Amino acid sequence: MKRLLSGDLPRSKVLAVILVLVFLGLAAAPFIFPGTRSLNVAAKVAVFILLVASYDLLLGYTGIVSFAHTMFFGIGGYGVGIAMSKLGSGWGSLLLGISISLVVSLAIALAIGLLSLRVRAIFFAMITLAVAAFFQILASQLSDFTGGEDGLTFLLPELLRGRLTAYYVVLAAATVLFLALLRVVNSPFGRVLLSIRENEFRSEAIGYRLVTYRTVANCLAALGATAAGVLYALWLRYTGPDTTLSFNIMIDILLMVVIGGMGTMYGPVLGATLFVVAQNYLQDLMKLASGATSGIPLLPQVLHPDRWLLWLGVLFIVCVYYFPSGIVGRLRR
Amino acid sequence: MKTDWIPLAVIPLLALAALPLVGSVPTWVTLTVAGLAMGMMIFMMASGLTLVFGLMDVMNFAHGIFISVGAYGAATVLTRMGAQMQGGTLAGDLSVMLPAVAAAIALAAVMGWFFERVLIRPVYGDHLKQILITMGGLIVFEQLIHVVWGADMIPLPRPGAITGSFILGDAAIERYRVAAVVVGLVVFAALWIILNRTRIGLLVRAGVENPEMVESLGYRIRRLFVGVFVAGSGLAGLGGAMWAMYQEQVTPAMGMQVLVVVFIVVIIGGLGSVGGCFVGALLVGLMANYTGFLAPKLALGSNILLMVLVLLWRPRGLYPVGKA
Amino acid sequence: MPDLLRLEGVNTHIGQYHILQGVDFVVPEKQLVMLLGRNGAGKTTCLRTIMGLWRASAGKVLYQDREIQGLQTPDISRLGIAYVPENMGIFAGLTVRENLVLAARGGDPDDTRLERIFRLFPAMQKFWHSHAGNLSGGQKQMLAISRAIVEPRRLLLIDEPTKGLAPAIIGAMIEAFGELKRDTTLLVVEQNFHFARSLGDAVAVMDSGRIVHTGAMAALAADGRLQQRLLGLSLESHQ
Repeated sequence: MKRLLSGDLPRSKVLAVILVLVFLGLAAAPFIFPGTRSLNVAAKVAVFILLVASYDLLLGYTGIVSFAHTMFFGIGGYGVGIAMSKLGSGWGSLLLGISISLVVSLAIALAIGLLSLRVRAIFFAMITLAVAAFFQILASQLSDFTGGEDGLTFLLPELLRGRLTAYYVVLAAATVLFLALLRVVNSPFGRVLLSIRENEFRSEAIGYRLVTYRTVANCLAALGATAAGVLYALWLRYTGPDTTLSFNIMIDILLMVVIGGMGTMYGPVLGATLFVVAQNYLQDLMKLASGATSGIPLLPQVLHPDRWLLWLGVLFIVCVYYFPSGIVGRLRR
Repeated sequence: MKTDWIPLAVIPLLALAALPLVGSVPTWVTLTVAGLAMGMMIFMMASGLTLVFGLMDVMNFAHGIFISVGAYGAATVLTRMGAQMQGGTLAGDLSVMLPAVAAAIALAAVMGWFFERVLIRPVYGDHLKQILITMGGLIVFEQLIHVVWGADMIPLPRPGAITGSFILGDAAIERYRVAAVVVGLVVFAALWIILNRTRIGLLVRAGVENPEMVESLGYRIRRLFVGVFVAGSGLAGLGGAMWAMYQEQVTPAMGMQVLVVVFIVVIIGGLGSVGGCFVGALLVGLMANYTGFLAPKLALGSNILLMVLVLLWRPRGLYPVGKA
Repeated sequence: MPDLLRLEGVNTHIGQYHILQGVDFVVPEKQLVMLLGRNGAGKTTCLRTIMGLWRASAGKVLYQDREIQGLQTPDISRLGIAYVPENMGIFAGLTVRENLVLAARGGDPDDTRLERIFRLFPAMQKFWHSHAGNLSGGQKQMLAISRAIVEPRRLLLIDEPTKGLAPAIIGAMIEAFGELKRDTTLLVVEQNFHFARSLGDAVAVMDSGRIVHTGAMAALAADGRLQQRLLGLSLESHQ
């Protein structure tokens, strides 16, 4: 087990239990929680665990804030979407779509990395914001190619058409890639990343290597996000700007990684599970609460299910100030 | 501010270059006025951000909130007092629009004070935390706007007199746009005078270059920071109010939509340069309107292309200030 | 002569680096104390700690018998201490006039004092409306010092005033400092021993974050072997 987790043990009984529960829950979801809705939630959890974990590599381990992560998520989704809807629903087109999206992501990540990582964090963040916005515009404008605002619906290869098979493919792939990320952050490379994050001042003495390490981290994170995008498209059998490129998703990723715990990899697991489950089920709870308090001024609006982001936002701020390693950090005390 | 005229000259050059492409002079006049008006409003929204960054080294990703709050504040005043604008007189219009703008500035400024005090002060110097905290502030305050004003679009009453267009030759020029240009120039002139002819402006300019030295000369620069932050937020509120009146509606997503453009303008101008911000905003406004007419599909991405071009020419923006 | 400035057991950490390791020395009133030492000995850190730009982790800094080590920089400056950093700290985007106006906290610079500055450094008058960034290295240094004296100050902390300056300009500096000495107390960090010897009344030598010698400048100047040991040079070789 230790080798599987690359030596990065949960280091907390409660955390270990939670992680096991999450994994078992996901593995047995079609049987424990029957129904389309719950399976959707489970698949989304799996995809977002991968997506947020790849972001943690960038933010938590390398200390870089990028707003372009959803762009890579979208590249993965659109790669599959465009290939499957334009080139037919065979394995060939699927593999082609996946390969092209990985290559495109890598190219863009390299370009962004080499051009922008020499500048300050703030400049870099702003540039990623602009690039992501540009990509969003491209996706909605080139509608012949990308289906514009409506997105693309497509068929999958025969073998993947069953919901059960598709689910387990997604879950397996997400698990394997997550473990791969765990391997990366516990390797010598990962340790250098952490030292750069801890003390950039000292690491700068190493000179050019700073840019190299950051660029590699940027590329790996981008590839992770692209893979997540591919898996999501496979599950939804749909790709569109609102499921992948929207800035709201970027905000969600930030919320998940900070609340779950930056720089821990298990934080994203917790964060993604909590968030996606809450997104789907907590809102029902809030609707009840909002209805129950309808007489009092302002309270119903504040408890309104659409306002759940408000509470998450507050929790997010509290985490940045007091719990830099989020829930995982708290559990590991 | 340095007397480096080249970037400033690009503005008329761009306008003149567009003339043959547009073809007809009247259309060109309309587009140019529209572009300048849009540019002025964006300048108002962006100037606060660039000054705050230049002086305090703080990038407030939640700056869009001040814009939204200004827009909504103005909207509230306009909808409450809207009847007074029916008369069609300039006085009638101003009796509503001036309080609306004042409310917008005041509301945004108060919010700015709160933001600096509660969210930003604890994380001075830590850029990573700043980005995260201001993102958090963005999420929370955007939701609070929904709570207070609801999530629907609020249409705004039109002013009776400052509406419609007047004809110059063959061109139709919207009155409101001219008003926006005038306000923008006044704001820019006021900022320029304060920065270059007053002691406070001297402190700000010196502080942008070397805050430590300013402290060593005996000035408590922290107090200046708060003042600049609040002023920047107020300006953003003003920009938001004018933008709302221009669009004749407010929506919750307004602040965020315009924020990307604001960031692009700040990057183009050079982080910390008010003059650069001014030039950048006008360029972006003109570009958006010309491409909107000539190549609509390109219009949304035009300002990003502009940013890339500018950065290729001057990697740190048009008028870089001190820090990289 | 009472001590204007006294450092007692001052320690300063920067991050995890322990730069000042127990610094003790005094600056008597109306004297010019030269702070000498090799590169990296901690001289600049010393000045910055006195000025409050870096916080002392232990020890006391006493100015007129009052502890100032916990105060903020602007407050320390208002007690009458002026600081001229190693990189001069002039505002390049501002004109010479604006630099001086800013330094004159009480309002516009006093005419008598301006006259004195123009007398010591005529270039200041000549380039009154030029941007400070366009001045030569020597002129920038003159501006930095002018800023420190545009209002009366009791103590001047100056970090390497002759760094990178041509010998002719150094001569002008020696003259200017000679006149400053007459009514102000100075603590000057220097690498140029000739400059130090011409002006210093007392000397303190630093090495690895500690003071390893204090005494009269004349005594050190006369003792070649002591110079060799402390500063790794002899008077002759450093002319």
